[in-house]
Amino acid sequence: MPTWVTDLFSNFWVSLGGKLLLVALLIPLVGMVIGFAEMKLSAKMQARVGPYFAGGRWGWAQLIADGVKFFQKEDIVPTDADRPVFKSAPILVLVGTVALFVVIPFGPGLAFRDLDVGIFYALAVSSLSTIGILMAGWSSANKYSLIGGLRAAGQLIAYELPLVLAVVGAVILAGTMSLQGIVQAQIDAGYPYVVLQFIGFGIFMIASLAELSRIPFDMPIAESELVMGYLTEYSGFRFLFFFLAEFANMFTLSAIAATLFLGGYWLPGVPEDVLAYAGPIILIAKVFLLVFTMIWFRWTFPRFREDQLQRLAWVWLVPLAIFNIVVTAILKVVLS
Amino acid sequence: MTIDTDTIRHLSEVSVSVEIETEDMTLNIGPQHPSTHGVLRLVARVDGERCYDVQPVIGYMHRGYEKLSEVRTYPQVTTIVNRIDWVSGYANEIPFIVAAERLMELEVPERAQYIRLILTEMARIASHLVFNASYPLELGAATPLFFALRERERVLDLLESVTGGRFHPNFNRIGGVRPAYAAGSNTRKMSQDLPAGFLQETREAMDKVAVAVDQLEDLVAGNEIILARTRGVGVLPQEVAVAYGVSGPNLRASGVPVDLRKTQDYLPYDRFEFNVIIAENGDCWDRWHVRLQEIRESIKIIQQAIDTIPSGDLQAKVPKIIKVPKGETYVRAENPKGEMGYYLVSDGGQGPYRLKIRSASFSNISILPWILEGVLVPDIIAVMGSLDFVLGDVDR
Repeated sequence: MPTWVTDLFSNFWVSLGGKLLLVALLIPLVGMVIGFAEMKLSAKMQARVGPYFAGGRWGWAQLIADGVKFFQKEDIVPTDADRPVFKSAPILVLVGTVALFVVIPFGPGLAFRDLDVGIFYALAVSSLSTIGILMAGWSSANKYSLIGGLRAAGQLIAYELPLVLAVVGAVILAGTMSLQGIVQAQIDAGYPYVVLQFIGFGIFMIASLAELSRIPFDMPIAESELVMGYLTEYSGFRFLFFFLAEFANMFTLSAIAATLFLGGYWLPGVPEDVLAYAGPIILIAKVFLLVFTMIWFRWTFPRFREDQLQRLAWVWLVPLAIFNIVVTAILKVVLS
Repeated sequence: MTIDTDTIRHLSEVSVSVEIETEDMTLNIGPQHPSTHGVLRLVARVDGERCYDVQPVIGYMHRGYEKLSEVRTYPQVTTIVNRIDWVSGYANEIPFIVAAERLMELEVPERAQYIRLILTEMARIASHLVFNASYPLELGAATPLFFALRERERVLDLLESVTGGRFHPNFNRIGGVRPAYAAGSNTRKMSQDLPAGFLQETREAMDKVAVAVDQLEDLVAGNEIILARTRGVGVLPQEVAVAYGVSGPNLRASGVPVDLRKTQDYLPYDRFEFNVIIAENGDCWDRWHVRLQEIRESIKIIQQAIDTIPSGDLQAKVPKIIKVPKGETYVRAENPKGEMGYYLVSDGGQGPYRLKIRSASFSNISILPWILEGVLVPDIIAVMGSLDFVLGDVDR
């Protein structure tokens, strides 16, 4: 490679721009792939065909057609809405998603940025989208939106805690908060942490479902009760932003779960030099396995009631997560 | 359900240590809303997630059928009455036709009565399947919808093959029934009958529906979240249900064994064996389960009727221009939604002098302000859906 190219890429601003561009392209791509998977899988589970015509074969272009349609739609802002808040809410939701992409390790040394406090950072920015949802609910000047936003806030408080506590077990085992470090620790240990942290893994998956507000925890949207909850007043590309954020968040949260508990880009028995190339594929395969489970849940379960959700979180998940931490810590001390 | 609203409010006030000025919100649900089954409107006072003073507002779909039927001839009124509860259009025709026949003192041929009975039960199955499809959807589960509606399609296809219509069959004539021209015999001169192979196809379809109902029960009843959402929610005690005039499966779910098919003789139900399904608690779960089991009973009735259906005419001898003698009568029937009754007054003319329609859903939703007092917002939908009403049946 000529020197001016390496010079160009080692320039901070150029590499930042390149990374941003990559993430910006990755999110719609991931959103579309998962959205299409959801359409086809739900159709399969419900004895339907699903998208069929767009694109000629299997309706593969359905999501592209939908995206184009959303951009053509009128961008409606309700008269009574708090305009700046209403307009910035979807962007904030998407920012949370973009920020999550930054730390996911796709391979050895292959992450947009490897932070020492990676998992801490990931959990922090993942709750950013809830603030966007709360903003959307509050600013829409719609009672359904307001209730939806409040429910989202209540849900955040109830589920952020088990989410964080579930992670602590894996962090104790690895002895680091860097996501790369956690994967490396699993490689060194020779087994993925789900073997020891199955409680943590279960709690993490349940809590991330709640974080994503997907069925069975989709009370903030609750189509049959609150029309569309905080989304009620949104149209056009702002609605699309929420939509993309949901699917992209499914990807990122699954990726973090895979990294923490399933060994991330590592597969037992795959030599180190192959991992460098196969890492992203292995991670994405694991992610889609988890995403499939989420879609499966969505089309099988009804939704909880708000008070039942709170009870599940505080009576079951939080004590269970604390128990998991205590046992993990004791084992770590005893065994080392 | 003994929720003392004052106690709850008092408790919620003492737990707030900081003085915050709160205000109850008035939440308007409907008339355009995904789960109000059409154009029902509810106005509720909401305190957080808890609702008080829920008032249903009806009339958005009033079409004036009682008045319209006064300026129609008897055969024309049939087209009106099957639009009342459109989910089971066929069943609506029966009490009206029977009322007219009673005043005319007509003897309806046996075979026609059996056909009416089979189709009425098929309409009941279709209606209950719609309920079984939409109720889990209201609780957030989308998948049972497709499995229930697929079976309903089987039933509606058969109904269509005889009557020519899926929702509005307009099939009964005063004095008998008249299958569509294309069905059965191809020549208009010959007497028409059921389409060839109809009875056999119905028998097979009913077997398939029975299997699907078992699967549906597995899918829905085996789900812990559905149980948590419906058990003990929206409890309707016997006395209250009776006092409000609730009828049909809603009443039976509260433990009152009333089934007009057993007590009235508008169709020859007394020749068949079937059970009156009742439940004990009167909560949403019971209302769902009663309807599911009633599908099985209806299948039983249809199978027995197919086994014993007599041959013969489909139509009694009636004059070309139908005039009903002076008099008045009330015929009540067990419709899928509950008791449906027509009070028919005739002055001897070609059309009714006055027709009072007693529809099941209207009486059933009169319970809403009582049953929705102090429930949570999600439970409004759960309770409302479990009452299984149709707005056309409410407003008429």
